[in-house]
This record gives sequence, structure tokens and C-alpha cells, in this order.
Amino acid sequence: MKRIKQFWEWLDDRAGISDAINPLAKHLVPKDAKWFYVFGSATLFCFLLQVITGVALALLYQPTTADAYASLQYISTEVPLGSILRGIHYFGASAMIILVGIHMIRVYLMAAFKYPREMSWITGVILLLMTVAMGFTGQLLRFDAKGIWSVVVGAEQAGRLPFVGTLAGKFFLGGDTLGGATLSRFFAFHVFLIPAIIFALLGFHIYLVFRNGISEPPKGGRLLKRDTYKQWYENMLKKEGVPFWPNAAWRDMAFGLLVVLIILVLATVVGPPEIGKPPDPTDIDTNPRPDWYLLWIFAMFALIPRSLESYAIVILPVIAGIVLIMLPVWFNTGERSALRRPWSIGIVLTLVTMIGVFWHIGVKSPWSPRFDTQPLSAEIVGKVSQEAKNGAKLFHDKACLYCHKISDYGGIRGPDLTDVANRLNNDQITLKIVNGGDIMPAYGGTLSKQELEQLVSFLETRKGDTSE
Amino acid sequence: MDMNEVTRRKFIVRILWAFGAILGVLTMIPVVGALFAPLLQKTPQAWRSVGEIDKFEVGKTVLVKYQNALPKSWSGLSSESASWLQRKSENEFVAFAINCTHLGCPVRWVADAELFMCPCHGGVYNKDGSYAAGPPPRGLYKYPVRIRNNQVEIQTSPVPITNLVEKEV
Repeated sequence: MKRIKQFWEWLDDRAGISDAINPLAKHLVPKDAKWFYVFGSATLFCFLLQVITGVALALLYQPTTADAYASLQYISTEVPLGSILRGIHYFGASAMIILVGIHMIRVYLMAAFKYPREMSWITGVILLLMTVAMGFTGQLLRFDAKGIWSVVVGAEQAGRLPFVGTLAGKFFLGGDTLGGATLSRFFAFHVFLIPAIIFALLGFHIYLVFRNGISEPPKGGRLLKRDTYKQWYENMLKKEGVPFWPNAAWRDMAFGLLVVLIILVLATVVGPPEIGKPPDPTDIDTNPRPDWYLLWIFAMFALIPRSLESYAIVILPVIAGIVLIMLPVWFNTGERSALRRPWSIGIVLTLVTMIGVFWHIGVKSPWSPRFDTQPLSAEIVGKVSQEAKNGAKLFHDKACLYCHKISDYGGIRGPDLTDVANRLNNDQITLKIVNGGDIMPAYGGTLSKQELEQLVSFLETRKGDTSE
Repeated sequence: MDMNEVTRRKFIVRILWAFGAILGVLTMIPVVGALFAPLLQKTPQAWRSVGEIDKFEVGKTVLVKYQNALPKSWSGLSSESASWLQRKSENEFVAFAINCTHLGCPVRWVADAELFMCPCHGGVYNKDGSYAAGPPPRGLYKYPVRIRNNQVEIQTSPVPITNLVEKEV
């Protein structure tokens, strides 16, 4: 024991570890910076967890277009605890996205982005972007059918950039088509390039916390003034500050450990997302959709009005980026309390609700044709004329049923037609089928007169589930 | 004398900075080149046979698969491309890209309904590839097809990237 102590003293003297760490650990922080302040450090814990599990996964993963899929199955089924390793990396990513979001909302609501901490906010915005980029490239390294279509969808989005769209799309694909270069690129981005940017920005982000101090919890009416703030902050710390370690940091530790524990439990109990079908670009029988954290954007793409969509795909993220970056420039001093900045609460609630709603719709994906529907059962069709029975068959064969529900069976893109006859007469139904609409194809050109009559006569029997 | 020495040192340091900058730029050329390699390389396109002409029924639309222009040994499954080949008449063929013009997802041909439908966001196209419904900004893209020696051949083509402004087809 004495030997170890001696060794530590020798090492510390020569290496200066205490000299370097102590001022940081003991620096004074506002005494009321409590549980609201744990989300940033928890994000950091998650990031470290991602780095460690990421390195472990890279030991086992084959980053080539040809072999990645097989190596993923190898990791999931053959490597001891490999599945749990993937699970930790997946739930770690999910936790990081959630915590980054909460951290950002906390900073915004407490207006900690104002003077003198503007650079903390701006680096934070870029780190948020990088975190999402890691999420996207990461889900894609799970190189199954969903993985390759994520690349294509990403390339198509990049394609909407003005002037350089096609080049940007090719840049994404790693060539004219998916191929040998595709996965290597995303592997390099996910494993080297973006993490390097994150490390650099994160170092700066954390350095800024020490340079400008942890923001004190705001108090309504205590206005932030540029001339006096730094002096006031220093005096406040001298008077009532507490050392970061352990007075403030124990909460970071406690919450960080809780987060890691939850990730471990989820990784073990729920497990990683399953590896889907092989990454075969010619297999059209696939239904690509992103991991949960991008699902709300996926839903937006389906719901933005068609005439605006191509512009929205490029312009919305750009506007969002500019607004976020400029926030501390536009609102630099003054009131910090959220209670006296009601707009800030409104904006957060609106955005969270919007994302929540889009996410909820994304889970259901009502716009997705239900390709697997079977023809309507005789029971649902009921006792109707032969013509209407033929119509019922056509209702499936012509893909109407993919998007319309009848007696709780079928897709949900268009209106439920269980009782359509109560709402529309013969002519109106015919008109609708022939002409279609924004989201429904016009069938006028493909249906024969007889088929049209049969379909309409079937729909005219749909008067709700009153019969039985 | 003192002044002169400092100036000389300053001069040397400036030269070193300039030299360092030049070396830095030179090193970065191949680095950036690697990043943009996919844009710099010109890929010659090739004609690929997808089968004998008699294999395809007039009026039918089928999925055909073929190799990309320059497959690498490490490309695996992704060296393959597919398109929807339609035989319109005795010697008229059309090949549609399988990629939805909205966000590139693979569209499916629903033969009875004579529609192409996209699983991702519900884009729908008519039999002739024209826009029918949903979010896509235009109709399906077409690939060059020809008939040679009784074989139907499709030209390998880049994945079609829809741009900001597209003419409706």
C-alpha cells in the first residue's frame, strides 16, 4: 500500500497530473446548478460509450459492400456477447440523440446560450448535426436492405441541392450506382471523419465550460448585461460558488451511471435491431424506413405538399441551421428566465409536439400501400350480385384495397370505404375512380367500362357494417 | 546587427510558413481526390443483355437484373442493378428505373392494377411511367434499351438523381 502511494507521488510529481486536474475539478460553479445540468455530461458519457463499443464492433466488422452483411450476422450470432455489443451501440446512439435534444432544450429554455456563452451554443449546434450524421451513417453500416436504401434515399435528398444536386448524390453513393465504394465511404465517415470532428468540437465545447463558467440558473427580472456580467458572475462564484468536484459533479456521475445502466439493460433485454434482408439493390420487395430517430423526418417527406417538397427538402434544414446558429447573435442579452420568455416555452412545446406527431404518424405510415392485402373475404363482401362480387375482386386486384379500408381490412392511405354508399352516389363514386386525386391515381385510363361498372356496383353495396 | 538578425530569422520563418503551406496543399490534393474520387472517375457505360427477345411477352412488365458498368470484386450484391422492362410491341421495349423519383425507394409493379407503387411514401406511376399520384415530382426515369442479335440489351446507367427543379413527365 505504501509502495503504491509512493509510486503515485512519484508519478504525480513528474507528470503533474494533480496540477493539471485539480484546478479543473475544484473550480467554482454556481451552487444552484443541480439536476437540470446533468444532460450535457450524460451525452458525453454516451459518446464515450459509443467510442468504446464502436472500436469493439470495428474489430469484428468487415467494411466492404460484399462482406458487411455476413460479418453483421457473424457478430450477432457467433461472437460471444456480440449481440449485446451491438445492442449497447444501438441504444447508446438512441440515448445520445435523446440526451442531446434534452440538453439543447434545457440550454435554450434557461437562455444559457446568451452572452458570453455564444460559442458553446454554436459548437453545440454543430455537434448536434454531427450526432445526427453519426446516427444516419451508423444505421446504414447495418448494411442490410434497409442500409442500402438509406444510402439511396440520402443521395436523393442531396440531389435536391441547387446546381450541385446530381454531383452531391453521386458523392453520397460513391459513384454512379451502389457498388464497391459505397460502404467504405460511409465506414470512413462514421468511424474516422465525423468522430474526429466530434472530438475536436467536443474538446472546444468542454473547454468553453471552464473558460466561461457554468451558467447560473436564471432568475426572472435579473437581466443579463454585457458590461457587468463577467464581473458579477465572478463575484457571485466567490461569494457562494461550490467546487465542481464533488459538489456538482456527483449528480452528473449519478445520472450518467443511470443512463449507462438503462442502456445495458435495454441492450440485454430488448437487444439490437435485427439484421434485415441481404443488401440486394435488385430486390424490390422491400420497405425501406429509417431508425426511430429519423422516422419523423421520413413522415414529413410523405406529408409536405408536393409542389413545395423538393424545395423543403433542401431549404428547411438550411433555415433551421441558420436560425439555430444565429440564435445567440439575435438574442444576446437581457432576460434569461423561461417564465418571462413565454415564446421560448411555446416554441419548444410546438417543436416537441410536431416531432412527436410526425413520429407517431411515421410509425403507422398510412401512406404506405399495403401490398400484402389479400382479396376481400366472402364474408366481408356479403350477399351481393355477381357484378358486385366481381367488383370486390377488382377492388383488390386494382390495388384499391392497398390504400382503402373496407370493414376494417385494407390500407389506410385513402378514406375508409366501408360505408361509402352512404356518402357518395353512383356518379360521384364513378367520377372519383376515373379522375383520382392528389394521392390517388386516376383509373380512367386503365379500367374497362365493364370493370368500372363492377367496381361501382360493389362500392354501392358498402353501406356500413349494419347487416350482420 | 541585432535588428538584422531578427529580420533574417523572420524571413526564414516566413519562407518556412510558405513552404509548409505549399507542402500542405500538395498533400491535400490526393486526399481530397480520394474523397471526390466517385465524381472524378468517368465510368464508361456498358450494354447488358437481359435475355432473348422471345422471353418477354408483349404487354408485360417484368423485373430484369444485370451487372453494373464496372463491378469490383468487393461490391458483392450491390454490383447488380435492376429495372422494370416493358415490351410494348413486337420490337418496342421500355426500361424504367426501379427508383421512385421522390426519394429513390424501389417501386413495385402491380400488374393487375397496371400501376407502379412505391412503399416508402406512397408514390404511384402509370403503366407508361408517368406520374399518377403521391409525392413524386415527376414520372419514372427510363434507361436506354436496344435489341441486338435477338437479345434485349439495357445500358447500364447511374441511379437517377432527382434535382430541385424537374420537368413533370
